[in-house]
Amino acid sequence: MQIETPASSAGPFAHARTSIQRTMSLVMLALLPATLFGFWQFGWPAIFLFFATIGTALLAESACLKLAGKSQRLYLLDGSALLAGWLLAVSLPPWAPWWIGAIGAVIAVVVAKHVFGGLGQNLFNPAMVARVALLISFPLEMTSYVQPMPLFSADAPGFLQSVAISLGQPGFDAVSGATLLSHVRTELSQGMSLSEIIPDIAYLVSGAVGTIAGSMGETSALLILLGGLFLLANRVITWHTPVAMIGSLAILATLMNLYDPEHYAGALYHIVSGATLLVAFFIATDPVTSPVSKLGQIVFGAGCGVLVYVIRTWAGYPEGVAFAILLMNACTPMIDHYIRPRVYGRDRRGTPIEYADNAEMRQ
Amino acid sequence: MKLFKIRGGVHPQDNKHLAAGQAIEDLPMPALLHIPLQQHIGAPAKPAVRRGQQVAKGELLALSQGAISAPVHAPTSGRVMGVGSYPAHHASGLSVRTVTLKPDGEDRWSDEIQGVPDPFALAPEEIAARVAAAGIVGMGGATFPSAVKLNLRTRYRLHTLVINGAECEPYLTCDDRLMREHAEEVIDGVRIMAHALGVDRIIVAIENNKPEAQAAMALAASADPRIRIARLPTRYPMGSEKHLVQSLTGRETPARGLTADIGVVVHNGATAFAVHEALRWGRPLVSRVVTVSGGAVSRPRNLRVPLGARVQDLLEHCGGFAEQPAQLISGGPMMGQPLPSTRVPMVKGSNGVLALTTAEVTRHEPMPCIRCATCVQACPCGLVPLDMAAHTRAGDLEGAVSLGLMDCIGCGSCAYVCPAHIPLVQYFNYAKGEMAARGRAKQKMTETKRLAEQRTARMEAMKQAKREAMAKRKREAAAKKAAETAETDAAIATSGAAAEPPTIRAEA
Ligand code: SF4
Ligand code: SF4
Repeated sequence: MQIETPASSAGPFAHARTSIQRTMSLVMLALLPATLFGFWQFGWPAIFLFFATIGTALLAESACLKLAGKSQRLYLLDGSALLAGWLLAVSLPPWAPWWIGAIGAVIAVVVAKHVFGGLGQNLFNPAMVARVALLISFPLEMTSYVQPMPLFSADAPGFLQSVAISLGQPGFDAVSGATLLSHVRTELSQGMSLSEIIPDIAYLVSGAVGTIAGSMGETSALLILLGGLFLLANRVITWHTPVAMIGSLAILATLMNLYDPEHYAGALYHIVSGATLLVAFFIATDPVTSPVSKLGQIVFGAGCGVLVYVIRTWAGYPEGVAFAILLMNACTPMIDHYIRPRVYGRDRRGTPIEYADNAEMRQ
Repeated sequence: MKLFKIRGGVHPQDNKHLAAGQAIEDLPMPALLHIPLQQHIGAPAKPAVRRGQQVAKGELLALSQGAISAPVHAPTSGRVMGVGSYPAHHASGLSVRTVTLKPDGEDRWSDEIQGVPDPFALAPEEIAARVAAAGIVGMGGATFPSAVKLNLRTRYRLHTLVINGAECEPYLTCDDRLMREHAEEVIDGVRIMAHALGVDRIIVAIENNKPEAQAAMALAASADPRIRIARLPTRYPMGSEKHLVQSLTGRETPARGLTADIGVVVHNGATAFAVHEALRWGRPLVSRVVTVSGGAVSRPRNLRVPLGARVQDLLEHCGGFAEQPAQLISGGPMMGQPLPSTRVPMVKGSNGVLALTTAEVTRHEPMPCIRCATCVQACPCGLVPLDMAAHTRAGDLEGAVSLGLMDCIGCGSCAYVCPAHIPLVQYFNYAKGEMAARGRAKQKMTETKRLAEQRTARMEAMKQAKREAMAKRKREAAAKKAAETAETDAAIATSGAAAEPPTIRAEA
């Protein structure tokens, strides 16, 4: 009964039931409710855009893997390209033509990921790189939002009309709508005061529920929050980044709002509008491009929150999150360099801690 | 009692149910025992028997050598078949010096085996000396000679003895069973050790997944008010000495230090049992309790095995394999070592033999690190495993060291949780080994340099001496010459007084 086992193998011989694939799948599962809601809200054109984006992301991934000589079996199915495509898709205007999604997916996968060396090597979040690149290259397509027209409702486009919309031939009379952010911004710039622009709380509620114009998967703050809580419960993410980001944004907004309530909107408005929650739970927590220590994640999240507020309030773009994320991504290596956990038995500077007990005995 | 929270750690499935219900059983004496001469950290023992010699149980087979070493005794009575080399209980499968003993079946103790009626009447040094003579080493797997740790009072101010009954590795139940079935003896050993250490605070720490052991130990300890039973939360690596002490006392052991630095000494429960046996009965350490478990073992058990029994003997007694094992391990699945074959013998530090199925050791291909930081959260030492691994992979070992490589306790928590299945511990073990090798090479170099310098110095001194001797001779010669000249001069002077005037006179 002699047996030989591979002596080269080393412990631990037990392993938690976890894998990159599992992690990515959980994130996608968390995104699913908001995505499905987006499908329902914006109909077939949104669905087409979603699949065009994801399909292109997978094709691009496969091509890059082939070029790099990496295993398709291991890497294509790791879920990272799929997730990057998904995150990009939900942040696009739902009726954008299919090629917007496709170009974005190529940028995300090829430029933002594989040029840096592939899985785990990229400095910037691929979906956010693509979003910013698209916003700069195709400002018109990237800011044309439509009012929600629930699938199968009377005024929603039919299947064929939807195909035409996807192909970029707008033969359909869509009611274009402004997002909460762009609406407030335009009105503010015309000298209106906030109390006139946001007449009542109902406006914010529709922002939270998601029954207003916006990106495909960002509009429903509540469903995104639900997904975020799911990720927290499954320990895919920790609270540090989202709480720091939402917290700093809220504090800043509250302070400014107290200072001048007619020109600076309050915390709730900033939290429910735009991509705040999507970014807080799904993008800022992207492991690859955010710091590894808890304190580092708090610094990173707080930085994102401050930048989001600053860009939204004083810079040229109503929606600041993508820029904020990219700027903080660039800071991640520095944060990781300076903020490390304290090593057991040492102080923060790395010198062994000293106790009086036995000091003189050891002389 | 109040427990302090420590960072990190993981919750592997403990799988203790496989063997926890099995009472300790004696392994039938195998036909041959292969007793390695090195079963501890430190210098190997020196053989004290010849081929063909008849030995009694407990008789000395090999003497300890040096300060950190432990003697080895005969696990049963029988005849020495030889002192040769035999595969070690080690992942490498390399051979070590081993005494092969053929048991005579009588299992007769040596007549010299004698206990002490009252160990508490002995001086602390005397207890440590007896523990040393009994060949007792740390039985939780670290195999550090126990007597060295019992003598720490000479160099440290100690106040607490902690008995490590955490047994946080999955599958292992041998300490659990020992504490359940031999609580009295274990507590007796604990008290003897406390006496040797001169401490009056004793904490027996047992994880919460062993309620029976907690109850039995509490009952056995109830007569001694100094002993407290601490119920630890079930978490790996609770059994790591420094972390155990921290969760009990709230204090961290300084890096590169010992728990003795904060006044605490930790011993394993099985070690306490061995101390009891050695002091009360005079029995050296010749057997130990081992858990044989894993999904591939037909009937998992806890066995008392004579040292030198082969892994194969244990497995056969447990009904062999239920299915072909994918991995054979000595110790637990987190920090245990792979066993190269079932031929290797059991040693003092081996607390488990596990045969795991393919399902239990699911191997995955490693993927690139996605910086998810779960390893950072899992590390009980506050390290950043992904960075240390990246530096090691890049060949920058100094970089890994500067990130805390030497503070890594090799617990495997990081690798356990890594979703990319990166063999992090393998990286760290490699880097540590490599650094140790470099350290040795450097030491050798400095040594060579020192020797060379000494030689040059010696040569220089010799030359100097030669030169001095020569100079001395020269000086002497010169002095002699000078003296001679002086003499001649004097002579001349004396004679010259007579001689000179004539010149003058001649001149005149
Ligand atoms: S757990 Fe693995 S994948 Fe995650 S950061 Fe650590 S090494 Fe990288
Ligand atoms: S093996 Fe080392 S680095 Fe990994 S968790 Fe344990 S102490 Fe930390």
